Amino acid sequence: MFVPCGESVPDLTGFTLLMPAVSVGNVGQLAMDLIISTLDMSKIGYFYTDCLVPMVGNNPYATAEENSTELSINAEVYSLPSRKLVALQLRSIFIKYKARPFCEKLLSWVKSSHCSRVIVLSSSHSSHCNDLQLRSTPFRYLLTPSMQKGVLNKIKSLNWEEMEKSPCIPQMNDSELCIRIPGGGITKALYDESCSKEIQMAILLKFVSEGDNIPDALGLVGYLNEWLQIIKPCSEDPTASALPWKLPSSWRLLFGSGLPPALF
Amino acid sequence: MAATFFGEVVRAPCRAGTEDEEEEEEARETSEDTEVRRQLAQKREVQLLRRQTETTLDGSLLENHPCSKFIIAIGNNAVAFLSSFVMNSGGWEEVGCTKLWNEWCRAADSLHLCPTDALCVFYQLKSDPSVFGSSPRKNMQITILTCRHVTDYKTSESTGSLPTPFLRALKTQHFKDSACCSLLEQPNIAHGLPAAVLSYCQVWKIPAVLYLCYTDVMKPDIVTIEAFKPILSSMSFKDLVTAVPRRSEILKKLTSSETQSNIYT
Repeated sequence: MFVPCGESVPDLTGFTLLMPAVSVGNVGQLAMDLIISTLDMSKIGYFYTDCLVPMVGNNPYATAEENSTELSINAEVYSLPSRKLVALQLRSIFIKYKARPFCEKLLSWVKSSHCSRVIVLSSSHSSHCNDLQLRSTPFRYLLTPSMQKGVLNKIKSLNWEEMEKSPCIPQMNDSELCIRIPGGGITKALYDESCSKEIQMAILLKFVSEGDNIPDALGLVGYLNEWLQIIKPCSEDPTASALPWKLPSSWRLLFGSGLPPALF
Repeated sequence: MAATFFGEVVRAPCRAGTEDEEEEEEARETSEDTEVRRQLAQKREVQLLRRQTETTLDGSLLENHPCSKFIIAIGNNAVAFLSSFVMNSGGWEEVGCTKLWNEWCRAADSLHLCPTDALCVFYQLKSDPSVFGSSPRKNMQITILTCRHVTDYKTSESTGSLPTPFLRALKTQHFKDSACCSLLEQPNIAHGLPAAVLSYCQVWKIPAVLYLCYTDVMKPDIVTIEAFKPILSSMSFKDLVTAVPRRSEILKKLTSSETQSNIYT
């Protein structure tokens, strides 16, 4: 359930909800960190749930001593009212059998808070790509029918690739085709539920493998930015590809502590 | 799936969990499977009871015993610290305990274990009802003590060079006192039961502080237990610290209860 930080529940009517799926390489979550950190979004509440493994730590987006001691938990909500953006960040994995109940609670909150649309940032195992997918861009999108009405023209103008259907039973060539997102966590469940509940949802995902997934996260936010134009390039030069995404301070030591000098 | 250098096909590891397997499992589930799962979930529910009479407590513990200071020790060293430094006066009475079961439980009987074994027991200070006593719940302050292995601590130096044991703290927004040690630096996190309690307190605006002792000895150890000593000067503890005499006796008993074992026994 959503619990506000302050005394009153903020009005999210008409807002776009950005959220990650806990998926291969944690790319969606890393992308959300980049968005929240770069836009300096303010925390407006918690999505308090028993569906995620508990964790706490100090402010992952701290920029100075003064703001480094605010406690953060496993599911928090941030907003940027000037851009009508609200962001949900998930920081741990689902407890077994709790993924589906979480989807139900989340979508119920989306409806009750009157967010206009949801954009899910996700990823899928690149080892499952077929030959065509390997040769094309690693980014894919999916829109629920109610979302297509509003944005399909814009998406088509960007020349994006829609997520292809693949055999429902992978080993059988003559099985029916359906959308499969291996390694995508709750992405497929969210998509299916949103289709049936007529929620406007877009899935943006990248084919990735586990490893240092920071470049994948930068790629995914760049992909989102082509559509939403969250941030502008820092220089006037149209050939400069670097966008000023701010890496959060909590991204230090992603691969563990320092090494003992005695090793060398 | 992924192919290794030697040509065999293995399942690609995924930090994000095993949701794909779970989804396929759920799709194949029968009503019998659902019923089995529901019964297992019920069996895992935590029960509160009075150890002496083995009867269930009516209502929630905090409703029966509202308090202003609630101290939770998790893990054998934290429990040993509380037993020997705070609760050694004999002025505490047991008001309840938890009985729980899950697939990882080794103890057959949760009611007859020594203080350093896995169990949850609630005590109330007889002389001061405000500690687990009769003050209104909205003034409650929670202190959680636990230990973690030093290899869990992320730092730019090697963890082998850190002077263990050492304390770190995490506190909720409504905890206005200062902590008795440095706060836990990013990117370190706490997880498990301490994190669940602290998350609850942060969300529902209850003042709470978690003291984490990073140590390289996870079994009961005097040096690790004494690393918690700085918190005795905090507001939550200063009226609770009692006479020293029994302390060393209790400490010795708690740290020597583990039998030494080697490959010959």
